[in-house]
Amino acid sequence: MSLDFIIAAIITVVGLTTPILLAGLGELVVEKSGVLNLGVEGMMLMGAISGFGVTVMTFNPWIGILGAAAGGALSSMLFAVLVLQLNSNQVATGLALTIFGTGLSSLLGLSFVGRIVMPFGSIFPDFLARDPILKVIFGYSPIVYFALIMVPVVAWFLKSTRAGLILRAVGENDHSAHSIGYSVIGVRYAAIAFGGAMAGIGGAYFSMVITPMWAEKMTAGRGWIALALVVFAGWRTGRLLVGAYFFGILMALELYAKAAGFSFLPSQFWAAMPYLMTVVALAVISARKNAGGSAPACLGKPFLPST
Amino acid sequence: MRIKLEKRPEPSRLMLVVTPIASVLATMLIGIIVFDAIGVKGLQAVIDIFLTPLLASYKWQDVAVKAAPLIIIALGLSLGNRAQVWNIGAEGQYIIGALCAAGVGIAAGDAGGAPVMIAMIIAGIIGGTLWAAVPAFLRTRFNVNEILSTLMFTYVALQVLGYLVGGPWKDPNGRNFPATAPLSPDQTLPILFPGTTIHLGVAIAVILPFVFWLIMSRSVFGFQIRVVGSAPQAARHGGFDAKQTIWVTLLIGGAMAGLAGSLEFAGALKTVNLGFPSGYGFTAIIVSFLGRLHPIGCLLAGIVLAVTYVGGQVAQTTVHIPNSTAGIFQAMMLFFILASDILVRYRVRIVPSHKAAAVPAAGE
Repeated sequence: MSLDFIIAAIITVVGLTTPILLAGLGELVVEKSGVLNLGVEGMMLMGAISGFGVTVMTFNPWIGILGAAAGGALSSMLFAVLVLQLNSNQVATGLALTIFGTGLSSLLGLSFVGRIVMPFGSIFPDFLARDPILKVIFGYSPIVYFALIMVPVVAWFLKSTRAGLILRAVGENDHSAHSIGYSVIGVRYAAIAFGGAMAGIGGAYFSMVITPMWAEKMTAGRGWIALALVVFAGWRTGRLLVGAYFFGILMALELYAKAAGFSFLPSQFWAAMPYLMTVVALAVISARKNAGGSAPACLGKPFLPST
Repeated sequence: MRIKLEKRPEPSRLMLVVTPIASVLATMLIGIIVFDAIGVKGLQAVIDIFLTPLLASYKWQDVAVKAAPLIIIALGLSLGNRAQVWNIGAEGQYIIGALCAAGVGIAAGDAGGAPVMIAMIIAGIIGGTLWAAVPAFLRTRFNVNEILSTLMFTYVALQVLGYLVGGPWKDPNGRNFPATAPLSPDQTLPILFPGTTIHLGVAIAVILPFVFWLIMSRSVFGFQIRVVGSAPQAARHGGFDAKQTIWVTLLIGGAMAGLAGSLEFAGALKTVNLGFPSGYGFTAIIVSFLGRLHPIGCLLAGIVLAVTYVGGQVAQTTVHIPNSTAGIFQAMMLFFILASDILVRYRVRIVPSHKAAAVPAAGE
């Protein structure tokens, strides 16, 4: 294996990892607040089309990425109103959000088919980003660095800030948090909006960076991998990063199977690999109770203060 | 003013029936407004999606053929949903069911007739059941979340499909197109009404809900599922095994999805190609909720959702909106039915605020 090949492989893995890392970090915060939002895939698609659409219209990918975050967050509010205000079933409402986001993104995307977007410029000097070796550090889209910075930010927020403490309290024991005067519903709204924004940016990575064009259902199930990632990580930020790269490598295997001489098995086997390994990983993690970390106690349960 | 919720002593039967109908009507109304707002002829779109398929008699058979798999899959899913066991991978079980049926068809060669058809259907049921058995095993043995595992297995099923129809099972006379060889006429399910496309599977989809209804309302098993779903703690107290419920509901869900896959293959499409996955497995989740998890409700809701599918195609040509637009309407129906769930369990009261809001209500 040549150095060129290794560098290309690393860049591929980083690219494949970024969207699931972003969506996973968002969902981690949502679940820490006690809400299970299965609509990640739908929010990613809404982010993908809003980011793309705004960039096409403003010729500015930076405004585009804000549009992606807004698109994801706005669609998540649909879910939030239903589960927080009307106490609807979280599993079914999340599914509804995914079906809705898939349909609405393809309707909105209709007028953008065939268009291309302005790419992000590199945030580093050209000689670093283009260098055949240093590009492995400096040659990525700004979204990649944003995702990596968000890992310690989310960890710090949850662990060391007052707001993070309140958020975790709401997820672990909503009634106690309510009785000492915190707004359970308010905290959960904020968490769901954050999760939507992060999923939106993750989705936009597909339409603005990986292939700078719009295609229906282009997130291809990555939202579901992001959900599995949160369980895999045992609701811990550090392990979420490790898990995301583990899945990123598995996804890269499909692309590199032939080149690496793995063609003794059909390509579909390698394509199924991330999904199979997700199940295997979940089995290993879920079976070992201590190593697995535990889900927030109020995860998925509706909050009814007056009954 | 403040909105207050009072828990009803019993779920409202009236609301159980009224809310699904109201959800469909609300979806149509919001659809008109939203579509007009984004520059599509809203009224025309809603008429085409919800009414044209019912008004044009030649569309009825399309509706019936599309409703059949939705109803059958939703029946199976309703059991799980009642017991809070979430099988969202029916799409995968449906694909594997069809592939197993196709395998029997290929193995049978030139042989045909009832024995081959029955074997195809049984193979489909077994395939779907086994595909759901893995998540059931993982859930009961390792506590793996079934939402994720059933869905991951759908993506795996898609790859199995791609491999088989593009490789070992590819039709040698198919001009290199990845698809199985089409079934011969004496291997395809009989047509019920000559001159239509309505096949035996449609009849099965009409009869099955009544069978499910009888089982759910008359048997101990049906009672067990209902208790586990509505009051898990009471169920544990009564000696109902949670693991057993997970197994049974997932296996029946898989069996129904597999059955639907084999009927769709042997009755409607007669070949399996890369376009076989149709999203029925996901849409059936909406059918199950819109049908209020009741077998007869599933029958009616399956017809409503099938109408939107057929209507989506109509709207594609008349108001030029993509086929996927039907998905928006389907999701909206699900949003409304879930939102209105609260009316079944709670009484909504509007209390004037002033200072009265601070006074705790009786029973608090």
